Amino acid sequence: MRAASSLVIAAALLLGAGCTSTPLKSITVATTTSTRDTGLLDELLPVFRTKTGIEVRVVAVGTGQALEIGRRGDADVILTHDPVGEERFVAEGFGTTRTEVMSNDFVLVGPPDDPGGVGGAKSAVDAFRRVMDKQAVFVSRGDESGTHQKEKATWALAGIDPAGDWYVRSGQGMGAVLRMADEKRGYALSDRGTFLAQRDKLSLTALCADDPAWVNRYAVIPVNPGRHPHVKHDLARQFAEFLVSDEAQRLIADFGRAKYGEPLFRANPRPVGGGP
Amino acid sequence: MRAFDPDLWPVVALTLRVTVSALVIAAAVGIPAGVWLGLARFPGKRALTAVVYTGMALPPVVVGLLTYLLLSRSGPLSFLEWLFTPNAMIVAQTVMALPLVAGLVMGAVAAVPHDLVRQVRSLGATPWQVRWAVLREVRVGVLFALLVAFGRIVSEVGAAYMVGGNIQGQTRVLSTAVMMETGKGDFGVALALGGWLVVLALTVNLAAMRLQGRSA
Repeated sequence: MRAASSLVIAAALLLGAGCTSTPLKSITVATTTSTRDTGLLDELLPVFRTKTGIEVRVVAVGTGQALEIGRRGDADVILTHDPVGEERFVAEGFGTTRTEVMSNDFVLVGPPDDPGGVGGAKSAVDAFRRVMDKQAVFVSRGDESGTHQKEKATWALAGIDPAGDWYVRSGQGMGAVLRMADEKRGYALSDRGTFLAQRDKLSLTALCADDPAWVNRYAVIPVNPGRHPHVKHDLARQFAEFLVSDEAQRLIADFGRAKYGEPLFRANPRPVGGGP
Repeated sequence: MRAFDPDLWPVVALTLRVTVSALVIAAAVGIPAGVWLGLARFPGKRALTAVVYTGMALPPVVVGLLTYLLLSRSGPLSFLEWLFTPNAMIVAQTVMALPLVAGLVMGAVAAVPHDLVRQVRSLGATPWQVRWAVLREVRVGVLFALLVAFGRIVSEVGAAYMVGGNIQGQTRVLSTAVMMETGKGDFGVALALGGWLVVLALTVNLAAMRLQGRSA
């Protein structure tokens, strides 16, 4: 029995040592993986913390899950990229105001030898049709994320119901999907930020972009305290206001320029005000 | 992040803190429960045993989902404000570890020869003294149960991700960090973190073997 009691004592010591001090003010943001995986939040959050003393706890998941976390009141603010889903989120009373923060665009990436011949496509819809015609492997996020929503919308515009062995529903984050497409020598729709941030680890190239339909808008929405009285709406609004402040917008516009040769996001061209 | 990066220590420390806390709770409840279940005879024991054995095989993602729904702001235990904190992860891991500890201890106790139990009783031992004697008899089995439970929960990623949220500096543990770095394609970092997870498991096992050798 001495063995077990020694374990318990060791455990008790560890427990005591493990306590961390919590700062006075903190908020939880539910956001999409791209804002974390690109490193953008690592750039913005320390500045926000210095200015306001508010610590931001980041839960990075797909946009669908992020909205759901907001809906349940498990986050104070969401930062996502699915305008339709976000409008609905606000209309249903779960969020107060939707403020656009930044944008980039989606790109169709694929193997350099381009077996589907999408490089010559005239539009996003044309590119998707070519993938379907050649039955080339296409790796879908399949997770109701913002990227997945855009992908589904593009299939719908092309009049295609994607199904078959060539269409891979992965249910994973953007980074994992890019890697899967790389391994399977297939295509995938990606936000430009994540793709640029990971390009040197992949053999994929961007084959089709610059379609106006493929704008990728990120917006911030504080969760409605009318729905969930416990949320820190005031701090959440400070966070939203910070993201569209001149300082943050400058950081966003420059982010990635030094490392990747081009910025990963575009600052919001038409900044709108804070909230109600 | 390199293998000896200072950023790593909070992750290792939190991994230990969460897993050991869950294990302590699971042991405090599971060991007595296992001894009692192994010795007692009562109607419904078979059903209870079945429940414990089912619990041993509970899929972690189901535990994670149920813990999430329980602790969510829209859930019944929202007043605790535990979601996306280490406490939520401790809850999920305890739920996974408890049936393992109880079930394995119960199995070990049931394997103790009846003659021995009868002999202790015939010497006039109280029920508590009987339980204590049996527990001493199965101490190796108890240690084994704790090790198996440790191994199951320290490396578990699904529930930890769901209820912890993998928040940097707060709920990021080794397993969720490996998952995240793999998703980002930083295989080197993922490998280093995975290495630490293996080192952790190995250390605990070696320590337990030493303890076992000393008490045997």
